[in-house]
Amino acid sequence: MYINRHAPCGTVYAVEGLEVVLIGAAFEQDVCMAFVGDGVFQLKQDQDTADTGMKNFSPAYRALGDYEVNRLYVERESLQERGLTEGDLMPLTWEDEDDDWAEKPSIHIVDRAQLADLIEEQDILLNF
Amino acid sequence: MKFSVMVNEGPYTHQASDSAYQFIQAALSAGHKIFRVFFYHDGVNNGTRLTTPPQDDRNIVNRWSELASEYDLDLVVCVAAAQRRGIVDPDEAKRNSKDGDNIAPGFRISGLGQLIEAGIESDRLLVFGD
Amino acid sequence: MLHTVNKSPFESSSLRTCLSLAKNGSDVLLIEDGVYGALTGSAHAPLVTEALGDVRVYALEPDLKARGLSGDRLIPGIEAVGYDGFVELACANDKIQNWL
Repeated sequence: MYINRHAPCGTVYAVEGLEVVLIGAAFEQDVCMAFVGDGVFQLKQDQDTADTGMKNFSPAYRALGDYEVNRLYVERESLQERGLTEGDLMPLTWEDEDDDWAEKPSIHIVDRAQLADLIEEQDILLNF
Repeated sequence: MKFSVMVNEGPYTHQASDSAYQFIQAALSAGHKIFRVFFYHDGVNNGTRLTTPPQDDRNIVNRWSELASEYDLDLVVCVAAAQRRGIVDPDEAKRNSKDGDNIAPGFRISGLGQLIEAGIESDRLLVFGD
Repeated sequence: MLHTVNKSPFESSSLRTCLSLAKNGSDVLLIEDGVYGALTGSAHAPLVTEALGDVRVYALEPDLKARGLSGDRLIPGIEAVGYDGFVELACANDKIQNWL
């Protein structure tokens, strides 16, 4: 599991974290991501970095489904504390080849207790 | 036990590199093995041989090189992060038309796959960062 | 699981996040500036004291000493360990979560 706790843009951790996720997925590992604290901001819709001169990496999250990274757990309390709802997040999806390529949401909103259980189940945890 | 360690911050600015070094020393003293030390984000800056820290303070880069030599450690600097930050070995210098290289002894530049492999092959993976 | 926290609770929410997500029976090791979370009488002491009922909390001795913090300033129930203890905790737990 890759745990993301940093907002995008202010630091490089979100971007370079995503690079690790995509490489890890290519190794056929069972990969999922968690977004906690300011990490939930990484998935915010409508990011436009044009006036900052920095590259906009938010479109890259849409590729996760193609790499079979289709479990993005977002902590409900972190969203609420920041005045966000699920509707504020990018509508990330993946295509389930076992279900006639049906398009399904990759984002799963979980509460803190569920996230604690998920963390406990993992073999390896990396933080970005 | 086979450990791998990830170092995400450069020398001096954060304690991460120091903590990682001390942990590895303690693990080696206790008879454990270190599969790999992987440097990512600003951690790649631990791999430049061009630092000149004050004489009365620890030389973080040299310390890593010496530990690598003494224990035959695999110190890997991530190529993507290194390219962003200007940590270069002779091959990378040639490939990217740079007029010099700066990689410190004992370090090698390689891809993120080395980190994933370290996670798979080791019993424990620790991360030191900011 | 072994959780490590390297941030002061005065600087970052890492300790709070760790304690809210660590399952009962976990080991929590405070390292680097995280050792400030072990201070008795601080604004964050109640949070840590409450957690001590569910998790074991340790503080890295070299980092305490480096910051001029002695054993008698630790919240009762927190054990100071050296790097050898850190290694032992890493061995004793199957999984490790390093909160940064």
